[in-house]
Amino acid sequence: MTPLLPVIVPFGAAAVSLALGRHHALRRALGVFALVTNVVTSVLLLRQVQDGSVITVVVGDWPAPIGISIVVDLFSAIMLSVAALMVLAVFLYAIGSSRTDDTTLFFHPVYLLLASGVSASFVTGDLFNLFVAFEMTLVCSYVLITLGGSRPQVRHGTTYVVISLLASTLFVTAIGLIYAATGTVNMADLAVKLQAIDPALRDALSVLFLVVFGIKAAIFPLFFWLPDSYPTAAAPVTAIFAGLLTKVGVYAIVRSQTLLFSQDTHSTLLLVVAGLTMTVGVLGAIAQDDVKRILSFHIVSQIGYMIFGLGLFSVAGLAATVFYIVHHIVIKTTLFMVGGLIEERTGTAALRRLGGMLHTSPFLAALFLIPALSLAGVPPLSGFVAKLTLIQSGLAVGAYVTVTVALVVSILTLFSMTKIWAGVFWGAPEAPPPMPEGLESTRPRFPPLMVGSTAALVGASLLFVVVAAPLYEMGQRAAEFLFEPARYVEAVLGP
Amino acid sequence: MIVLALALTVAVLYGAGTYLLFQRNLSRIVIGLALLTHGANLLLLLAGGRAGRPPIVGEGVGPAADPIPQALALTAIVITFGSTAFLLALAYRSWLLTRSDEVEDDVEDVRIATMTALREREAEEEIVVDEEAS
Repeated sequence: MTPLLPVIVPFGAAAVSLALGRHHALRRALGVFALVTNVVTSVLLLRQVQDGSVITVVVGDWPAPIGISIVVDLFSAIMLSVAALMVLAVFLYAIGSSRTDDTTLFFHPVYLLLASGVSASFVTGDLFNLFVAFEMTLVCSYVLITLGGSRPQVRHGTTYVVISLLASTLFVTAIGLIYAATGTVNMADLAVKLQAIDPALRDALSVLFLVVFGIKAAIFPLFFWLPDSYPTAAAPVTAIFAGLLTKVGVYAIVRSQTLLFSQDTHSTLLLVVAGLTMTVGVLGAIAQDDVKRILSFHIVSQIGYMIFGLGLFSVAGLAATVFYIVHHIVIKTTLFMVGGLIEERTGTAALRRLGGMLHTSPFLAALFLIPALSLAGVPPLSGFVAKLTLIQSGLAVGAYVTVTVALVVSILTLFSMTKIWAGVFWGAPEAPPPMPEGLESTRPRFPPLMVGSTAALVGASLLFVVVAAPLYEMGQRAAEFLFEPARYVEAVLGP
Repeated sequence: MIVLALALTVAVLYGAGTYLLFQRNLSRIVIGLALLTHGANLLLLLAGGRAGRPPIVGEGVGPAADPIPQALALTAIVITFGSTAFLLALAYRSWLLTRSDEVEDDVEDVRIATMTALREREAEEEIVVDEEAS
């Protein structure tokens, strides 16, 4: 099966969706069909590569370093599958939501294009093609983040667009410099040729790429745009951004640091950055007073854990990172979906104006509690397994300082989750604002589709606990492959 | 010689772009980004090495120019063109909404900042009260 399907199917569906115009029911059916197909093809790809094999396709049938390579290894396939699941779940959530107008002309096509761009970033084996995939994703995210066109959205959307454009320019610069140094942009070819150039130049390029991808992944000190721009978008948009976009950046960091610059010279740098990202993110979260802003700062904090696993440069550490990314994508998306449900019900996400939802909607409280405790790493939830493997591999190589930071940050995470819990769910129920005469029946209820997709993801996160061992083992195989760039090179360029 | 001139142009474009990016006015930021992307595209072109004959198989003699950076630059130009157009539309929308070209402060940031300022003032007043009492 061709690894291009997860890119082509949503892309084609986006075009058809645009042509369908105002036929809302048809568009919804088309979107669901395309995204279900996306899940199926991604999981089939995962099955195909899970024994450690690699699928490669060269576009246009040009031989490898000249044509654009499409490469799917185990790590890409894991990311593809999780991303496909999230995109589908959030799509259903968006259809159910009354606050996001999915009947506007552009929501469906742009959303499907975003899915296509995310898939493209995971399957590409070419640095410039990665840039194109990033741009596809980013341009769609520009549209989605400013879809309402309200004043705060324009204000925060501008920050987001400017910083993303700057990162893209840096990316082009980095590609230009790496091309000048090696004469290629094919990743497998680069992996070979970068070994031959001046180590100082290689280190400089490595740091430049770390900055470029670091802006996308929101690592310290390049994260400031994220908590500023994410909370203003509509709930489904924030949920999918929180789940996927920064993780595309993390994927690119892992890929470039293991394949292209396959030395552990940046181990200390990455560990320091990881520790600072965790700490600053969680401290930012504690200071906030809005559910979506608290959760946004937690994205930053959690990225630190992923970089921590990579910074250890051991198979166990990287396996833990892979597991952590999978866990985090699901949990974070779910938490933002719950945040959206709170907003759907009450019309606000500000803690000071919420309270007592434990009495009015106990099921929602349960939907929040499970992923929130999992985020903090309370046993036996998936966050605990993820953090345990991470900390064990940290202790194994003696990174005691970062391990301590990770543990303290976990407690602070729990603290800020209890802050949301106390602010939103405990206390006396806020008296709902009186509805105008004759409109009582229009008081917002929970749309079943929104609650259903959120509950499904909570169920999926609980399932991770049951299948933690095989999942971790899979992460381990992915990590082993990542640390043997020669196998990747052989798969693409031939022996 | 031409390479040196181009390299200097790239440096100037990056420098001017970065300077404009630090301004508070949105229109200046947009122009700054445009300059930066021009610099990056020129850099891509420079990365391909010296100029040569058109890179078409079987035509002309002598070393051909490297076609890849040109293809990359072309793609990058199209992408940045689209993104810049979107940013301009956003800037126009922002001007329609606020009638000002300046980037606004974040509402939540301002709230947290005023909270801290209020607390500090209260603390100072308490000290003053304490001193008066003693």
